[in-house]
Amino acid sequence: MNSSLLFNITTFAYLISMLAFFAFLASRAKAVGTAAILIAYSGLLAQTTAIALRWKESYDMGVGHAPLSNLYESVVFFSWTIVLIFALLDIKYKYRVIGAFVMPFALLGMAWAQLGLHTGIEPLVPALQSNWLLYHVITCFLGYAAFAVACGISIMYLIKAASDGGGDKESEGGLLSMFPPIRVLDDLNYRAIMIGFPLLTLGIITGAAWANYAWGTYWSWDPKETWSLIVWFVYAAFLHARITKGWVGKRAAWLSIIGFAATIFCYLGVNLFLSGLHSYGGGQ
Amino acid sequence: MTTPKKDFLHSLWDFFCSLKLTMFLLISLAVISIIGTIIPQGIPPQKYLAELSPAKIKLYKSLGFFDMYHSWWFILLLYMLTVNLVACSIKRLPHIWQIVTKPVTTLTVSLERSLSNTATIACSDETIKVKDSIASFIKSEFSEPTITEADGVWHIFAQKTPWCRLSVYFVHLSVIVIFIGSIIGSLFGYKGFVNILEGETVSKIMLRSEKELDLDFALRLDQFSVSKYPNGAPKEFKSIITVLENGKPVPDYTNTRVIVNDPLNYKGITFYQSSYGNAGSYFFIVTDLDGGNPVKLAVESQSSVNLPGGTSMHVTDATNDVSPFAPGLSGPAAQVEVHSPDGKSESFVVYANHPELNIQHAKTHGTGPVLHYKGGKDLMYTGLQVAKDPGVEIVWLGCLMMVFGIYAAFFISHRRIWVRVEHGKITVGGNTSKNQSAFALTFDNLVERLKKDLIKEK
Ligand code: HEM
Repeated sequence: MNSSLLFNITTFAYLISMLAFFAFLASRAKAVGTAAILIAYSGLLAQTTAIALRWKESYDMGVGHAPLSNLYESVVFFSWTIVLIFALLDIKYKYRVIGAFVMPFALLGMAWAQLGLHTGIEPLVPALQSNWLLYHVITCFLGYAAFAVACGISIMYLIKAASDGGGDKESEGGLLSMFPPIRVLDDLNYRAIMIGFPLLTLGIITGAAWANYAWGTYWSWDPKETWSLIVWFVYAAFLHARITKGWVGKRAAWLSIIGFAATIFCYLGVNLFLSGLHSYGGGQ
Repeated sequence: MTTPKKDFLHSLWDFFCSLKLTMFLLISLAVISIIGTIIPQGIPPQKYLAELSPAKIKLYKSLGFFDMYHSWWFILLLYMLTVNLVACSIKRLPHIWQIVTKPVTTLTVSLERSLSNTATIACSDETIKVKDSIASFIKSEFSEPTITEADGVWHIFAQKTPWCRLSVYFVHLSVIVIFIGSIIGSLFGYKGFVNILEGETVSKIMLRSEKELDLDFALRLDQFSVSKYPNGAPKEFKSIITVLENGKPVPDYTNTRVIVNDPLNYKGITFYQSSYGNAGSYFFIVTDLDGGNPVKLAVESQSSVNLPGGTSMHVTDATNDVSPFAPGLSGPAAQVEVHSPDGKSESFVVYANHPELNIQHAKTHGTGPVLHYKGGKDLMYTGLQVAKDPGVEIVWLGCLMMVFGIYAAFFISHRRIWVRVEHGKITVGGNTSKNQSAFALTFDNLVERLKKDLIKEK
């Protein structure tokens, strides 16, 4: 058994789980929902094992380091954190159907990583040889994942709000009858961001602490840093939206979606389109 | 009587107390910050000539786009955020402070109506006795109660973590603390750079502002080395540095290792491994085509020398063993670039062990001169980033406050329980500052157990 096989199994499990969640939406059969979540959990288990195995494999190769050092490893980890946060939310609040809007993100990540990215284990360049890498990447990605879940929930909110036509009556029948009530979606969106915001804050702070330790400046307005601040501003606006009349409901859902779009740009767009200090594995 | 001036101050105050302004500022900062991630910051405007028209450069420059995070309008937005933050806090804090320090300890009928969790228990026992057993129940199951009496009716009040109501203000204070730390850093700290050759001792650094700064101590680079992984990727850049005071090495700072991610810290000034290079020399013998007139020539890396015949040359690369690059050949070799007066330039390799190849090259390309490589001498230098930031501790303090504040603001709630004991009836009410559904369960559970407790007492 090696990590690469296990990652393929994970990808397959997420695909099946996503399809099962879709079937659950369509059929409204409880058993299908249970199957979907169980498959997602087994995928999570396989992926956890695979990440641990890859860590060990890097030591066997003599270049031992945590598997968070290049784009492939980070995408895999991102996908893992998304399913993890979804699992926590499911255990606490038991709104299975959210899986139909969250598992696609996890699947997209795994599929892209397995099919489109270079999967080799590489030695760590000097710039990344620090324990701060671990603290920084883990906190950032857990935050990003919570935002991904919040984004999925917000999409559900907007779909449901559109079909309710603004009225308070619940729509009968159809796919939407499986959705949690609109108030619950609004609340879950807030709760997911309540997990994500402190984690992103920690991620930015650990990044600043690392930069200060390694380069002597905790903040240098590098594009990645700036984009993480942009994301932080958007979610701070979201949090304050609750206290401001007129910025709740649909507008808050849109802020959550815009926030996640900014998150994705911060994570991938900056590396692809802008230049800076953070290009993964770029080194010197 | 209101004067126009007072009206103006009032509306200014209202403007800064408004949460709409907060939304506007947060979203504007998010959107505006994008500009600086698209236009590279902090490099001289001439560098943009290739990509932007002169008119655009002039426009962008006047708008401060090339250093926008320090432009007056960006700083203004940050100041407005601060004023907004302070104004909102001043406006709301007194009310919250009241809630925290002067709790309402009696369950009046109007308070009861405003609570979302209430319950009543029928009880015909003597109120004083009932009051005591309820108080001890609340004490063991919830928290220390306050008991008051009015007109024969007893009120019992207890609360948990009232201080968490203040955590939001603590978060906002932390933002201001971080600002203060960064302002102190920019006023009293500096950033700079120093290059040191192997064996050299320096006591001056170059600041970002292009001014020189005298340190009151000196640094000597004892050695610089680069190590690589088997696949050729860099593994470690290492400077061995000795700190000197009055020309004498400082104990504990002798032969210290400075690598990426592990800087040297001395007297509050930090030195970071940042770049490196070779300032060594390469040695050549230049002759005529027939080997006559040999002249020795030393070329320093990164500079060029003039050759007989008006041409100039510099070295772009050199190695002590050419065999991995050119099978069949051996020994040192240098890649040189030669520029002739008519603007032509050519790049070729000269060897130490293969004079015939050097001659052949010269012959096929004209009349000479002929270059023979004689090997080089490496002289590595290290590039260290230098920083002093006396505000950084305050920034970390602010960050710590922010993390604890956000945690408390999100995950700790202020929970309150009131009990009114009248003759024949006990009324219980409760409320929480957040997480209503979880509190509703706790409340129901508490009331159930209280009922059982009262029956048991009988
Ligand atoms: C223009 C600046 C700001 C103003 C005027 C402002 C104002 C406020 C106000 C009035 C509240 C509600 C307090 C209450 O519930 O009584 C609040 C909540 C909060 N603020 Fe700010 N704020 C600002 C900036 C920030 C920033 C930059 C952060 C970043 C961490 C932040 C974090 C929070 C948090 C975490 C809450 C609690 C939200 C919740 O419980 O849902 N605020 N803010």
